[in-house]
Amino acid sequence: MEPDGDVVYVIWQLRPQRQCAEAELVGTVSYARMLPWLLAAVALAAVVLMAPLLGRHLFEVFDGRPQPAWDRWLNPIEDALLRWIGDAGRSAESAAGYLAPLLISNALFALPPLGLLLLQPGWLNPQGFGGLRWDLALHTTISFLTNADQQHLIPEQSLGNLAQLGAMQFLMFVSAGTGLAVGFAVIRGLSGRQIGNFHCDLLRSLTRVLIPGSLLLALFLLVCGVPMTLAPPLEISTLDGGRQLLPRGPIALFEAIKQLGENGGGFVGANSAHPYENPTLLTNLVSTWAMLIIPAATIDAFGRFVGNRRQSNLLLALVFGLLLIGAVVAMAAEQAGNPVLSSWLSGPNLQGKEVRFGAPLTGLWSVVTTGTMTGAVNGMIDATMPPTILITLFNLFLQVVFGGQGTGVAYLLVFVLLAVFLTGLMVGRTPEFLGRKVEKAQVVWASLILLIHPVFVLIPAALTLAGGDTLAGISNPGPHGISQVVYEYASAAANNGSGLEGLGDNTPWWNLTTSLSLLGGRYLPIAALLALADGIRRKPALEPSPGTLRTDTALFTGVTAVVLVILGALTFFPVLALGPIAEALTLVA
Amino acid sequence: MSFTAQLLRGVRVTLVLWLLTVVVVTLPMLGLARVVAPDAASGSVLRIGDQVVGSRLIGQPFSSARYMQGRPAGGANLAPSNPELAKRVAEAASRWELAGVSQPASDLLMDSASGVDPHISLAAARQQLPRLARERQVPIAELERLLRQHQEGPLRLQAIEPVVNVLTFNMALDRLRPR
Repeated sequence: MEPDGDVVYVIWQLRPQRQCAEAELVGTVSYARMLPWLLAAVALAAVVLMAPLLGRHLFEVFDGRPQPAWDRWLNPIEDALLRWIGDAGRSAESAAGYLAPLLISNALFALPPLGLLLLQPGWLNPQGFGGLRWDLALHTTISFLTNADQQHLIPEQSLGNLAQLGAMQFLMFVSAGTGLAVGFAVIRGLSGRQIGNFHCDLLRSLTRVLIPGSLLLALFLLVCGVPMTLAPPLEISTLDGGRQLLPRGPIALFEAIKQLGENGGGFVGANSAHPYENPTLLTNLVSTWAMLIIPAATIDAFGRFVGNRRQSNLLLALVFGLLLIGAVVAMAAEQAGNPVLSSWLSGPNLQGKEVRFGAPLTGLWSVVTTGTMTGAVNGMIDATMPPTILITLFNLFLQVVFGGQGTGVAYLLVFVLLAVFLTGLMVGRTPEFLGRKVEKAQVVWASLILLIHPVFVLIPAALTLAGGDTLAGISNPGPHGISQVVYEYASAAANNGSGLEGLGDNTPWWNLTTSLSLLGGRYLPIAALLALADGIRRKPALEPSPGTLRTDTALFTGVTAVVLVILGALTFFPVLALGPIAEALTLVA
Repeated sequence: MSFTAQLLRGVRVTLVLWLLTVVVVTLPMLGLARVVAPDAASGSVLRIGDQVVGSRLIGQPFSSARYMQGRPAGGANLAPSNPELAKRVAEAASRWELAGVSQPASDLLMDSASGVDPHISLAAARQQLPRLARERQVPIAELERLLRQHQEGPLRLQAIEPVVNVLTFNMALDRLRPR
């Protein structure tokens, strides 16, 4: 007998299935309603508490500080690998010196996966899946290379284990590593340091952050029930006489880097809704935590780089505040349920959700997965309530509610830079950030970075919508259909990878146009960010004067929040009005 | 540094990192899995005799009246505003009505995300007990007892509310001897 039986059993028996005479039991009933909120608070508190620990580790790793416990084992290995690669480990002289090896290696990273997906040899491929159509193979490769992991395929019906490991898992590790490298190169530049060495950063992000982290998380997931085997998927006869495929595989490790590296590409199509990827409430909470911990720690590490933890704590509070607002809206909306269905049922919106997670925690996940650029889902975002879709789109537009691995903090600092510039204009002070002047070149780069996103989201979305429903592949009529199309491009350009998955997106049009958004949304901002940071690094450091505008104050953080919302989200407001806001109105009408 | 030299370096980086993140990391994890949690590692399969009949984690479709039925699947991506959703829910509700459940629990009417949700809510399970007792000729109290044995819940962080694992419950049903 299950030990958790009786107590909970009794409490839940009291839950009013219909409105019956249980008024005196309101206290117990609300316990059941409060539990998801309590657990959400625990998971988020764990992020806040552990961010400084990991932040310190990230600082040591990327500032080249001694780490005796790690150095003993890893220094010889890293040195040997760098030597074999042919890199002396010296810092790049310029942004271009950092960017060139990044672009070259990323281009080459795409080749083995592309080959594997196009050809799919028979090895570790017991179901004998053939190669993918060229446009699908190209899209899948690009989407994993750019840390987005948008999937226009059903992996368990098209990929063998060789492709899952050699293409997908490989790209999940190196794309997350590339993101971290960029993030810390930008932080170095802004803090006046040498910009660093790309190969060194990439290697150390793997050996000291992503690989050890993934191994630990994988072990935990395994113990909780996530499979880890090269045995072929099992085809079985079910109890009631049907056939079923159990899509087991080397999932635990895949899942770990998927969450920690903010990748989000599922081993199976149902992603983290599938019990093999996310079997229990506990794995669900830990997986939610895992999406947030590295980006939160990266912001903390930034404070250590600039020697101002107050600055980073305020930024962390800002981002966390945005996340919390979104989480409350989405959790409440999912818990309240769908008014359209009130003739048949009451209670939370369980459409496209799993009962082991429940509606509110699926709402929380949807917000976290779009805020961080993970894109994994534990329930179908397509079936969530309009307020939840509004928040997810808002997160994809803003790109800084923790944001992409490494790149999120860089975007956040761009917004801070613009806030410095704007407030500088308003009060007539010379804009300075972290003791260096913000001048025309920086503002131009920052504006460019902000413009890239709408260009790669709104233009292709407009073209697709103009092409009609057949081209768009819309599955849900009305305003929701607009959300589906815009979401797909926003997810691609933000390198998120989640989707409103009813969309019929495995077509050459979708595969090729989203590939463009994926690439444009990844490499153009990376180039601009490095140029921006390198420009600041070259400026002389200024002593703070009475005229200096302090950026580590609550007031300035508030201004940054306003700048974020105005610059980041207002561009997209018409789309939000046509999509989720219009849908919300149809539901109550 | 010439472009060819940079390219060559890129090829080496790719090779090193491919081996590191595909082979070097995965193999020990596979080995560890066999030692630490061999059952979970191979998919938490359930057997009757030597025959694998499913996985403890994966829900199966049941349509026969002799079995407890799980959550519906197939419309997971229907938007709240899509008229198809209301139609689908209405159809499911009338099917349950015919089966003798007048106000089915909402998880029996709304589609699961994975299509293989292994659980249903306790309420959804209890609504099906009268039918199962009739079909199987067993006292309802015995089914209640069985229900408790196959319950999972928040205390062990398995599920956010008390739920019943439909497959293991049905396997237990098959083991009951009718009286």
